[in-house]
Amino acid sequence: MKAAVIVFPGSNCDRDVAEALAAAMGQAPAMVWHKETALPALDLIVLPGGFSFGDYLRAGAMAAHSPIMREVVARARGGTPVLGICNGFQIAVEAGLLPGALLPNASLRFVCRDVHLRVERTDTLFTAGYRAGAVIRIPVAHHEGNYFIDDAGLEALEGEGRIAFRYATPEGAVAAAANPNGSRANIAGILDRTGRILGLMPHPERLADARLGGTDGLPLFDSLVAALSRARARPPT
Amino acid sequence: MGLSEAEWGRACAILGRAPNPTELGIFAVMWSEHCSYKSSKRWLATLPTEAPWVVCGPGENAGVVDIGDGEVAVLKMESHNHPSFIEPYQGAATGVGGILRDVFTMGARPVANLNALRFGAPDHRKTRHLVAGVVAGIGDYGNCVGVPTVGGECTFHAAFDGNILVNAMTVGVARRDRLFFSAAAGVGNPVVYVGSRTGRDGIHGATMASAEFDDRTEAKRPTVQVGDPFTEKLLIEACLELMAGDAIVAIQDMGAAGLTSSAFEMAAKGGLGIALDLDAVPLRETGMSAVEIMLSESQERMLMVLMRGREDEARRVFAKWDLEFAVIGTLTDSGRMVLRHRGAVVAELPIAPLVTQAPRYDRPQAPPPPPPPLPALPPAIDVTDALGRLLASPDLSAKRWIWEQYDHMVMGDTVARPGGDAAVVRVHGRDKGLALTTDCTPRYCAADPVMGGRQAVAEAWRNLTAVGARPLAITDCLNFGNPERAEVMGQFVGCVRGLGEAARALDFPVVSGNVSFYNETAGRAVLPTPEIGAVGLIADLDRMASLALRVPGQALVLIGETRGHLGASLYARGIARTEAGAPPPVDLEAERRNGDFVRDLIAGGRVVTCHDLAAGGLLVAVAEMAMAGGIGARLAPPPEDLAPEGWWFGEDQARYLVALAPEKAPGLLAEAGAAGVAARIVGESGGDALTVPGHDPISLAASKEAHEGWLPAYMAAGA
Repeated sequence: MKAAVIVFPGSNCDRDVAEALAAAMGQAPAMVWHKETALPALDLIVLPGGFSFGDYLRAGAMAAHSPIMREVVARARGGTPVLGICNGFQIAVEAGLLPGALLPNASLRFVCRDVHLRVERTDTLFTAGYRAGAVIRIPVAHHEGNYFIDDAGLEALEGEGRIAFRYATPEGAVAAAANPNGSRANIAGILDRTGRILGLMPHPERLADARLGGTDGLPLFDSLVAALSRARARPPT
Repeated sequence: MGLSEAEWGRACAILGRAPNPTELGIFAVMWSEHCSYKSSKRWLATLPTEAPWVVCGPGENAGVVDIGDGEVAVLKMESHNHPSFIEPYQGAATGVGGILRDVFTMGARPVANLNALRFGAPDHRKTRHLVAGVVAGIGDYGNCVGVPTVGGECTFHAAFDGNILVNAMTVGVARRDRLFFSAAAGVGNPVVYVGSRTGRDGIHGATMASAEFDDRTEAKRPTVQVGDPFTEKLLIEACLELMAGDAIVAIQDMGAAGLTSSAFEMAAKGGLGIALDLDAVPLRETGMSAVEIMLSESQERMLMVLMRGREDEARRVFAKWDLEFAVIGTLTDSGRMVLRHRGAVVAELPIAPLVTQAPRYDRPQAPPPPPPPLPALPPAIDVTDALGRLLASPDLSAKRWIWEQYDHMVMGDTVARPGGDAAVVRVHGRDKGLALTTDCTPRYCAADPVMGGRQAVAEAWRNLTAVGARPLAITDCLNFGNPERAEVMGQFVGCVRGLGEAARALDFPVVSGNVSFYNETAGRAVLPTPEIGAVGLIADLDRMASLALRVPGQALVLIGETRGHLGASLYARGIARTEAGAPPPVDLEAERRNGDFVRDLIAGGRVVTCHDLAAGGLLVAVAEMAMAGGIGARLAPPPEDLAPEGWWFGEDQARYLVALAPEKAPGLLAEAGAAGVAARIVGESGGDALTVPGHDPISLAASKEAHEGWLPAYMAAGA
């Protein structure tokens, strides 16, 4: 399996996610600088967390226009899976790969803490390693994670089963008190129509190592590696 | 501009003529208290700075200690007090930026930030605004740069109403054989400017920070710099990328006094001259004069000396990161700084005399008066009521509202998050970790500077010990009032003496630091605050401790002697409403003995739950352990020879609380006895409440609500 992590100026979780991927894949992903215009053959593209271009405009808005993004979008349209975490989610939305928008947190403050997520789908590339209805503990760290989408869009997400994760209580109740940023319908992560693009605000790479106090992020990387290695092993049709 | 009449005379004598306005500006910042340490230098020289593991002590951008495997930790703490009071968001943000640069200048990747904050009384009209601005400024800068902010302190006292303290600390990790220093070398080598462009912000920031405040303080806002953490992140990556090769001869960040002090220091340390062409300096404003260019404190800039002929290689790295790169001068053998601007020489100064003949003062000092004795406290207190009030008091309340605004996990190595005795970050890719803390108890320093100085060091040492780390070194940040007042100078000298005594006794050398005087408004100084930042090493992360009670039925063993000392305690202040009394005595031999005993228990894998006893004493410590782990505790009655309030809330030093299986407690007590360490069982873990004999239990939920509730409610009340 081959993966690439796109590095934007101001990315700061690129190393963290690369290491989580490397541990799951058994080899390091390629690190691709945003000024590149071409990508090698790939099974997965990761847009990492951080503050691309300082988030000085709207989070992700500048990075969505980096030279490499034309190729990322083309590959995504061609079916290459994309994982966007935090700032990577914001970039994916700004690049039109995912619907909606990420607004400033309802508190208007940056928030860094562990949250609980209810896994809404376990039949995707990204979540097959979780138990149906599982509640997992993963950290968030963001200032603009308040996912917004209009009523029609929300209806479509719900109806098409494209909400991958929702903020929940440790017992799995989707409650306002469990929502760290005020997102609609407690949305923490969504899929595109094909189910091959996932954007999420929480950082699974930050709790994928027992030394750091938890491993609930690990199944996400293991799911991807299992699915994409299988896909690669299959002869092209 | 800040030069005294005598200093003006000295400047004229060095030049053999009167300095022109550009040169005068340079003298003023170079000889400012902030840059020259003219009032503190003779006292700083008394501090211990050496140990076998010290690689680089004071004098460089940051201190360096060996952590094994060919690696070093690089540490520095610095104040940004004056700018943070004037403009809290930018003042605090640029404080973080500056300290990060001090560390990566040495070739280290920054791995952790900490900050120690002292605010005025909560009911002072500016306090809430200052807390909000400072915290947002620290958070936005560190979060964007992608260095975790893992710890620190935040307390409140009316003595800080007119001058807050914002002390920022950064720790980095480097290869021991890949360190970079600031001494220029190689006549003819190019002097290179990289980073952001130069603007008019922060001009005379260093002189501003070398004077007390008055009623026109607000007008000083233009002297505060503006931070750009995105550029800082690029600068870190670009510098570390270039540092992987050998093109850099010397490097220095442009901090206080900007291009002036960086160029001066590099040339002075190398014993060389330097010629600068100010027309080559990248500017973001038009029409800047030579003195503005030289004194600008625009942020995110570095000065480097490169090997001649390596300019293009370096230029490519900075172009990749979209950063400015300009050759602005050359090293010479003249021993002089020569500045050219718009075709003319605008300043010519001898370098060595400005440094060697810089003013030094042995300022008069008045020994501080002994503290008033602690009056008799009202007896028969309600212990649980007092505990609830202390847990909800501003100083002891949980600071979660603050540290949840800081990304404390980025970089994927935060093993112990904020809220414990010390934060722990793993050394990347290894099984060892760095323990990090900042400590000082200003009310002790005010009551008895020598004892307060000792206590600050001892508490930092204890906090590192309590997580199982071997304490390695200190970076200090000494915050005081106007040193031209004998009373303030007496506090400073006393604190430095105590600090040195403790550092010596605990083998805990001072490897870097900073002095901030003039934290004073209208003759009213802050409490003396010799803040201690410290680093320790945990050789094996499988052998460390945290404060959380995790197992019911464990014995709680108190290590260290309790005499029930309540002078200058939080109990006296919060419950009995008096700040009187001497602070607790610090017996450095007992500190060493008890700490070494506890550290061995943790290193031996025999104890994984440990907490240092500090402000608030035994009962507050038990409550903190219980709340962190979600398991309560049943406490034994106080010994008969002590007043109950002294037992429960006394702040006697050199104490720890450990929890372990009850069948293992007798062995531990016997060992402690043999080692001359006082130890006794004071209770056991279990249940969902804290139970003190003779009092109603206080539920964990209620104490947590009191403890966690104060700061968010306080901040929300101002919205």
